[in-house]
Amino acid sequence: MAGPGRKALLDPLFENNPIALQVLGICSALAVTTKMETSVVMCGAVIFVLTFSNFFVSLLRNNIPSSIRIIVQLTIISSLVIIADQFLKAYLYDISKQLSVFVGLIITNCIIMGRAEAFAMQNRPSLSIMDGLGNGFGYSLILLATGFFRELLGSGKLFGHTVFPLATEGGWYSPNGLMTLSAGAFFIIGGFIWALRVWKRDQVEEEG
Amino acid sequence: MQHSVGYTILFAGLICVVCAVLVSSSAVSLKEMQQVNAALDKRKNVLLSAGLAQPTDELDAARVQELFRVVKPMVIDLQSGEAVPDIDPSAYDQRKARNDPDSSRPAPPNDSSISRLPNHAVVYQVLDESGEMEMVVLPIEGYGLWSTLYGFLSLDADTRTVRGLTYYQHGETPGLGGEVDNPRWKARWPGRIAFDSAGQTVIEVIKGQAGPPEEDPHRVDGLAGATITSRGVTNMLQFWLGENGFGPYLKRLRDTRKSS
Repeated sequence: MAGPGRKALLDPLFENNPIALQVLGICSALAVTTKMETSVVMCGAVIFVLTFSNFFVSLLRNNIPSSIRIIVQLTIISSLVIIADQFLKAYLYDISKQLSVFVGLIITNCIIMGRAEAFAMQNRPSLSIMDGLGNGFGYSLILLATGFFRELLGSGKLFGHTVFPLATEGGWYSPNGLMTLSAGAFFIIGGFIWALRVWKRDQVEEEG
Repeated sequence: MQHSVGYTILFAGLICVVCAVLVSSSAVSLKEMQQVNAALDKRKNVLLSAGLAQPTDELDAARVQELFRVVKPMVIDLQSGEAVPDIDPSAYDQRKARNDPDSSRPAPPNDSSISRLPNHAVVYQVLDESGEMEMVVLPIEGYGLWSTLYGFLSLDADTRTVRGLTYYQHGETPGLGGEVDNPRWKARWPGRIAFDSAGQTVIEVIKGQAGPPEEDPHRVDGLAGATITSRGVTNMLQFWLGENGFGPYLKRLRDTRKSS
């Protein structure tokens, strides 16, 4: 793969992660990560929306009048989100019910608008697709890892299957209730940011 | 790049049309499937609330259909509590009826933010082998923290003992108020007594933990971190079991039971 495409795809994983470095999209990262199942579906929806919104915005980038560019981006993004939501309701009804408003709230996820405005408006479609996929994967990486720890430590399960038998059901594990609350996600994401900055020193902000 | 005003308006119009076509065609083409899902989900919740199916069961469409055979949906008049055999329960849309001024009335002041009441409601009688009513499943709704919660309450044939409570639609915070879906919490409901000896609705979701049903029959554990959703549950049970809700219907059931 060519240099810039590879960079657009891989950089958002660790070098420039949308959640860990840019600290965008935190709301959904807290809300849907109590379980792996919901995290996976949410990641799929975000990757879909992000990739296609980047593609369409990039395709139209030379034709979008600059005075209305933000609202045009938003129109494209919201249309994609509604379509994703309709599909989930038709094919994954149970999970869509659990995700409730958070699929709709992808519209307000700063990562998507951020990439449209900062990347897709300046770059050609093929590169923008790579950037969309890359940022989608970067977001998913954090979401899945958070979901993994929250479901495992909070309810002793993974994908709904018992891994640690709970003390209340005759096992040995006393679940950590904090993990099922949104605050638990803050600790896990904070832990990731710390680990990432130990590994990649250049991400540490200078103290003012 | 500078564009003329005409171009900008034209571009905006075009984008709107293209997006609108895409969104509406996806909504229309998937609608049927979504409705089937929603109807199936509703039946599933009736079954779960009545304890006829367990949350861990594999419930596909055929299985739901099979289990649903012992359930007799019927339309009743909320104010009189009488059955209304003229209305087909499968075709009756209670939520639509509630919003239509011809088939509803303004609700009296209540804590559940219920503004209108339909004249008729669908209830589900669960019959045993001899065709006798074993329990009755009542649809309930009311406001929590962010959203209206829609669910089912199952009562034993004695119309006092709770057999189950489930919600099939709500927009409460996942992990907090959304835990009304949690099977462990729902398992705390069966066996609780909704009314005291004077017939007052006394069932209540409390803060903290309640005892087992035998010792603490009128109280249920609150949801941690979801005080307002918990209060919403209490309010809607009070409302729907009261005289403006299913009170008249339940009274009628008790009377027929006594006389038979």
